[in-house]
Amino acid sequence: MRLSRTARVVLGCVTAAGLAIVYVPLLLVLLNSFNADRSFGWPPSGLTGRWWRAALHSDGAREALLTSLKAGLAATAIALVLGTLAAYAVHRHRFFGRRTVSFLLVLPIALPGIVSGIALNAAFRTVLDPIGIGFGLFTVVVGHATFCVVIVFNNIGARLRRIAPSLAEASADLGARSWQTFRYVTFPAMRSALFAGGLLAFALSFDEIVVTTFTAGPGTRTLPIWIYENLARPHQAPVVNVVAALLILVSVVPVYIAQRLSSDTAGGRL
Amino acid sequence: MRKRKTSAWRSAAAVCALLLTAAGCGSGGGDGKGGHAPDKLGKGEGKVNIIAWAGYAEDGSNDPKVDWVHPFEKKTGCQVNTKTAGTSDEMVSLMKTGQYDTVSASGDATLRLIASGDAAPVNTKLVPHYKDIFPALKQQPFNSKDGRMYGIPHGRGANLLMYRTDKVKPAPDSWRAVFDDSARYAGHVTAYDSPIYIADAALYLMRAKPSLGIKNPYALDQKQLDAAVALLKKQHKAVGEYWSDYQKEITAFKGGDSVIGTTWQVIANLTKAEKAPVKAVLPKEGATGWSDTWMVSAKAEHPNCAYRWLDWIVSPKVNAQVAEYFGEAPSNRKACAETSDPNHCAIFHADDEKYFQRVHFWTTPIKECLDGRKDATCTDYAQWTRAWTEVKG
Amino acid sequence: MPAAPTSGSRLRLTALLAPPLLWLTLAYLGSLAILLLSAFWATDSFTSDVVHTWNTDNFHELLTTPVYRTIALRTLSIAVAVTVIDALLALPMAFCMARVAGRRWRRPLLVAVLTPLWAGYLVKAYAWRVMLGEDGVVGAALAPFGLHGPGYGTTAVVIVLAYLWLPYMILPVYAALERLPERMLEASADLGAGAWRTLRSVVLPAVRPAVLAGSVFTFSLSLGDYLTVQIVGGKTQLLGNVIASQVTLDLPMAAALSAVPVVLIVCYLAAVRRAGALDSL
Repeated sequence: MRLSRTARVVLGCVTAAGLAIVYVPLLLVLLNSFNADRSFGWPPSGLTGRWWRAALHSDGAREALLTSLKAGLAATAIALVLGTLAAYAVHRHRFFGRRTVSFLLVLPIALPGIVSGIALNAAFRTVLDPIGIGFGLFTVVVGHATFCVVIVFNNIGARLRRIAPSLAEASADLGARSWQTFRYVTFPAMRSALFAGGLLAFALSFDEIVVTTFTAGPGTRTLPIWIYENLARPHQAPVVNVVAALLILVSVVPVYIAQRLSSDTAGGRL
Repeated sequence: MRKRKTSAWRSAAAVCALLLTAAGCGSGGGDGKGGHAPDKLGKGEGKVNIIAWAGYAEDGSNDPKVDWVHPFEKKTGCQVNTKTAGTSDEMVSLMKTGQYDTVSASGDATLRLIASGDAAPVNTKLVPHYKDIFPALKQQPFNSKDGRMYGIPHGRGANLLMYRTDKVKPAPDSWRAVFDDSARYAGHVTAYDSPIYIADAALYLMRAKPSLGIKNPYALDQKQLDAAVALLKKQHKAVGEYWSDYQKEITAFKGGDSVIGTTWQVIANLTKAEKAPVKAVLPKEGATGWSDTWMVSAKAEHPNCAYRWLDWIVSPKVNAQVAEYFGEAPSNRKACAETSDPNHCAIFHADDEKYFQRVHFWTTPIKECLDGRKDATCTDYAQWTRAWTEVKG
Repeated sequence: MPAAPTSGSRLRLTALLAPPLLWLTLAYLGSLAILLLSAFWATDSFTSDVVHTWNTDNFHELLTTPVYRTIALRTLSIAVAVTVIDALLALPMAFCMARVAGRRWRRPLLVAVLTPLWAGYLVKAYAWRVMLGEDGVVGAALAPFGLHGPGYGTTAVVIVLAYLWLPYMILPVYAALERLPERMLEASADLGAGAWRTLRSVVLPAVRPAVLAGSVFTFSLSLGDYLTVQIVGGKTQLLGNVIASQVTLDLPMAAALSAVPVVLIVCYLAAVRRAGALDSL
């Protein structure tokens, strides 16, 4: 498309401005992690490294991070399995109610977190409690996995639409057993979509707070819950800023890797 | 096709089973019995599940120097699991799950827990430190029923009036400043975001409109509630924001987004520590306030550890630690000797009964009027909640 | 092309579909059903215990109390506003990233858009609270122009929500634009269409499903939000807040209130599904 120079400049400016707005609050978080003022007063009253020291010694933050990683990994693993199965069913088969399946899979993420949260809470209480399964990490994982499935489903689905089923057929015609086809043909083609979908699913679980609030048991504290509890505490807010700043810095790595791996698509779909 | 049918059938059956369980479970309690207090304590169960306000059960994970959970675990062998609740309503619903042994309930939750049978009466003889609790906190309408204690008092505080000394002149000494005069600070008034705040309006009306005949801000008949709601709706026009957590209130006062409104002593202290020009006063009408009570669940799976926790948390040293960390008046009079700031009890008026006589502690409003009126029906908390939604519009 | 059903493929289909559908039904749809069913129950007003007597009082109250209608409409308008703003921002940004910027730049730009997703929703919302405050950055930036910051309130909620969900809109739009074959744009130009005409007749129709897909996120995430409102909303209350305040007190009423966003979103999903949005999610 031939765009005039002005149009290109304008578009460039809009994008630059958009990205700038995206990063201003993040920079503020970073700056505030050094702010000597305890309640993020603006402008900062002075700079200090004591919040970083406090954060590095915060067992609460470390444990919460660990819980979040565990919950995210477990939920992502479940979502990868279920999402892939569903994507194969919908994109490689024709059956009655096919579109309903994709509709139903979107529901958990499209319905407000608070609705999903209280629904799961009510269900767990009436069903799991009587059989002795209390609220805990397990219930959090179930909740997260439910809304992560659709992310994997979409990523795999998009990939399946792009690779021809004839590829697998050719493999079969050449005498490959179905596991061989999977191992040497299907899986390599799916790998980056799996990774991108898994990463986004993990990110979603990692930052989820509403559903988590209603499904976590006593002592189960994911990082967002820890942040929520500590932001309400006057002594702790600066430490939360440090944790957030660290997350931003560290997260560039997996996001970048995901982009590299899936160079052919946008690197993940929601 | 047979397989598919089976699986569809199976899932349908599972859904039906779920729905049936849901329909059949949970019987409405409300007989007010709520289990029995034990006569003596047995061996610890090795575990206790706690619902607490942020800052009530610190295990050093937020600040290594603030830790009274690990010493407890070491002393009693009871592993502590804490769930921090943000609001009284959340505490009530968490208690209803039956997964928790004890809760630090405020007065707007206690009566509900007693009535629903979720909280059990407490045998105070099994809590040795109970004898040192300020007498004014014992056998109160918000922590007892029919002469039986339903928990151990933990600490108390008043909902004060805070203002920016540079923006609010002359210095206010009456709640009038946030009600009838609120228009003067339009857009910068703040109020506590909870239905229980209706009592603050009722408290003001007790004096400002004696013809309404309000005797107790938690016992309002429909007409009195309507008057309080009308006052709050008027105030709403001037409100900048409603607050529910520390951090929000501190930043708002510091930045000048809020210049006048309700506060807690601890928030006032912290805001002052941030060098914001604020002052908190107990207005001439008195104030509402909170008094927290550690209650034991009627369904407690670990009652022995729960009782040990109750005694631990009101023991002088720990009570002092909590009171200083959270910023409240301790309930144990011996705690005043243990605070790291020797003036803590004076600042928080811990032993100042005259001060607390002017404080109307949060109590759950119920149909049966708490002020003893027999000829009227009062509005209950559910009605207050709806009224609060109306006020915020 | 999906295979036509044969008995072998049917068996495989069942094996593929059964686990995800069972999970979805048991863990999610069952839960939702329990919740919506409980909307027809009552609550003991004192103890907050659910009383299992079938009635429609909650829905009656929901429909006849004006304040609920006000709140529902306010929530809906905020969700629409956020979606429109995000679409307007995402279209030029995604276009620039996918079509204008050099190939080398695409990946870093995309990383730049995705990274904020990891920063933590609450932390970002609190950062905005600091920025929007009386003496915050936004006020300071606007002061030279004689303008005043929006302060805390509905405008602040729209700004922050639009900020939070922007990546969810950019990502699908970018994907759609990147897939758009260059030769289609060339063909349009060869036929004599100007850039503007190409944009309208070729690009926009091609990204429409993607925008709708992104809007599923921005719209529904805004519709259910209740934390951002608490942080920057001032005295605003949205559906999410009312549901959250009722959950612990009166679950049946909360369930009845939940039915509002559920109905809105199911309708919305059904509408965008026709436009093929769910396939471009």
